Amino acid sequence: MAYFEYQNIFTQVQVQGHPEMGMDNENNMAAERTTSASFSTLAGLIGNAQLGPIYLGWAGMISLATGLLWFNIVGLNMLSQVGWSIPEFIRQLFWLALEPPGPEWGLRIPPLNEGGWYIISSFFLLVSVMSWWLRTYLLAEQHKMGKHIAWAFLAAIWLFLVLGLFRPILMGQWSEAVPYGIFPHLDWTTAFSIRYGNLYYNPFHALSIVFLYGSVLLFAMHGATILAVSRFGGDRELEQIYDRGTASERAALFWRWTMGFNATMEGIHRWAWWFAVLTPITGGIGILLTGTVVDNWFIWAQEHNFAPEYLAPYGYEAYGSYQGFLGQTTGGN
Amino acid sequence: MFPKWFKDWNAKNPTNIYGPAILVGVVGAAVFSAAALVTIGQPFKTDSLQTGPRGTGMSVPEFQADLFATYPDADNFYTTEPIVPQANARPVRDVRSDADPSLGYLTPENYDRLVEAMRIWTGIPDLFAGEENYQTVVARNMIEMTQNINEFWGGHVNANAEVGVTCYTCHRGEPVPNNIWFKISPVNENAGGWSANQNRVTIVSNSTSLPSDYLETYLLLNEDGQYNRIGVHDLASRVQQMDGDPLIQQTERTYAFMNYIANSLGVNCTFCHNTRAFYDASQVTPQWATASLGIQMVQEALDLYILPLEEVLPAERLGPVHADVPKLACATCHQGQQQPLRGLNVIANWPELATTSGEPDYAAFQ
Repeated sequence: MAYFEYQNIFTQVQVQGHPEMGMDNENNMAAERTTSASFSTLAGLIGNAQLGPIYLGWAGMISLATGLLWFNIVGLNMLSQVGWSIPEFIRQLFWLALEPPGPEWGLRIPPLNEGGWYIISSFFLLVSVMSWWLRTYLLAEQHKMGKHIAWAFLAAIWLFLVLGLFRPILMGQWSEAVPYGIFPHLDWTTAFSIRYGNLYYNPFHALSIVFLYGSVLLFAMHGATILAVSRFGGDRELEQIYDRGTASERAALFWRWTMGFNATMEGIHRWAWWFAVLTPITGGIGILLTGTVVDNWFIWAQEHNFAPEYLAPYGYEAYGSYQGFLGQTTGGN
Repeated sequence: MFPKWFKDWNAKNPTNIYGPAILVGVVGAAVFSAAALVTIGQPFKTDSLQTGPRGTGMSVPEFQADLFATYPDADNFYTTEPIVPQANARPVRDVRSDADPSLGYLTPENYDRLVEAMRIWTGIPDLFAGEENYQTVVARNMIEMTQNINEFWGGHVNANAEVGVTCYTCHRGEPVPNNIWFKISPVNENAGGWSANQNRVTIVSNSTSLPSDYLETYLLLNEDGQYNRIGVHDLASRVQQMDGDPLIQQTERTYAFMNYIANSLGVNCTFCHNTRAFYDASQVTPQWATASLGIQMVQEALDLYILPLEEVLPAERLGPVHADVPKLACATCHQGQQQPLRGLNVIANWPELATTSGEPDYAAFQ
């Protein structure tokens, strides 16, 4: 095998055989689990080749049902906005949206076609997301796992709730919520930043970016490190945590000799988890403060000596002229 | 095909040729591309116009190919020098009964000259050949508008150099100018309020999902006879939200308007604004002031000269949704250029269009 075959985005080993159906236990785990499984070579390239069985449970069923209701309310509203024309629906899909009520409605529920559907669908989305969270918690409980995944998911839900529930209530207007649409929610993002004086001067936005980019960096460093020592068994991370072998030693020495410090086989996962959850937690704090506590982040930043002033002269003499830009002399006729 | 010793040697020396082949291919393609770029040059060269202090990234980029391309609209501008009236010259209204009363104060030579030019500029061969053509009635309004702009809106039109406007600035040889706009909202069916005026691909929205009602909101008088405020911010770091303060909705609408202005002029945000603080009057560029005057100029032109045409225009010229008058705004004159016709001085030969006084100043041609 040539050296570059290690540098592969695909899993190098696929196992396909009798499907692993999972076990039952005293909690009757298998009762709400589907009973069939299949194999996909394509899925095997990026993960486990086995698809299914799946356990939904009551929380999962509620989540899927209410989520589907939200999805259909949004989709049917979009379809209705284009006069029930399927071709137009496909053509304008990325432009269409279910918008929150206008500002004149405050926290009241408007007629269905002026944002009423938005409120109803948002309620279903709230139930859906929260019961999916509950499902991750209950599944972890059944597996006698820690609840790290549920708490991490809750960090993301915090940002979601700030955007669509907590902040609109504090502002006294559902119109502050984010529209459900591809481009329209991006319009909202831009307008939100500009309306509140440039979100880049919001220090919690800055922190969120730090943790976001930090998560990316940590994930790349950790993934690369483990792949690089997998020939010494480094991919058996749990064994390496309680019984450090040459893979851990090499990985640790690499980083210590590169930057003077190294994480441990266990600690790197805590680094990654905290960086990931702090991204939406700090972001959510920043959004919650916007418009409720701070109305113009640029002016706030100037008041706190955070946004620099330009020194005079402003430099007009260096600016280009249109005629020079066009390569023309100033024209008469 | 191959000799036996060759096959035997290959069988005894199995070699992976794919790895090296891919390597050679990738490196070879990279070297070839780099060499091509160095020798032939960057095929999509750009230039940029600095619009703000160094280090702030304030500039307008353009492809050189676009900058150096000829601009036929400017080359095709028809113009003739005026004929200076004699001291005792009589106005055309005294000598010809068919002369249009709106220009009756001109000498017959200059009257004919101007009418000829206007027919070419607007592509209407029978302009001023009688009131039975509604275009003649419209033209009277348009001449007044052109004279008004040239006389009173030099702060916008002549901000950089004397260029003025004529019929051709908008018309470019077409009876109906390009880049006119109509009221089209609500654009969504079965929806009301804030949901109804946005999230559709329209010409007015410039194919964005932003609101399609920004031109009528900001350029036409509202129900109270006022112009709506173009503003997105609170001007203090911490204030109580008050009635009438901007909301995200106004910000989206303003964003749509600013996007329209940028598209109309072929520029970006930093042509006028320092994007770190869009609202801050101490950080805007000189063009911001010119553009602000332009907005007021359009508001006045619509109110005084364009909207009254509703009674004159035939039904087929009115808007598809609200049967409203075709309206002008930035793009109608600018047509994608920072200055209409790339800064061509169109007024120099046409003192008749430069003043509302009825007394053209021919001094420059004596």
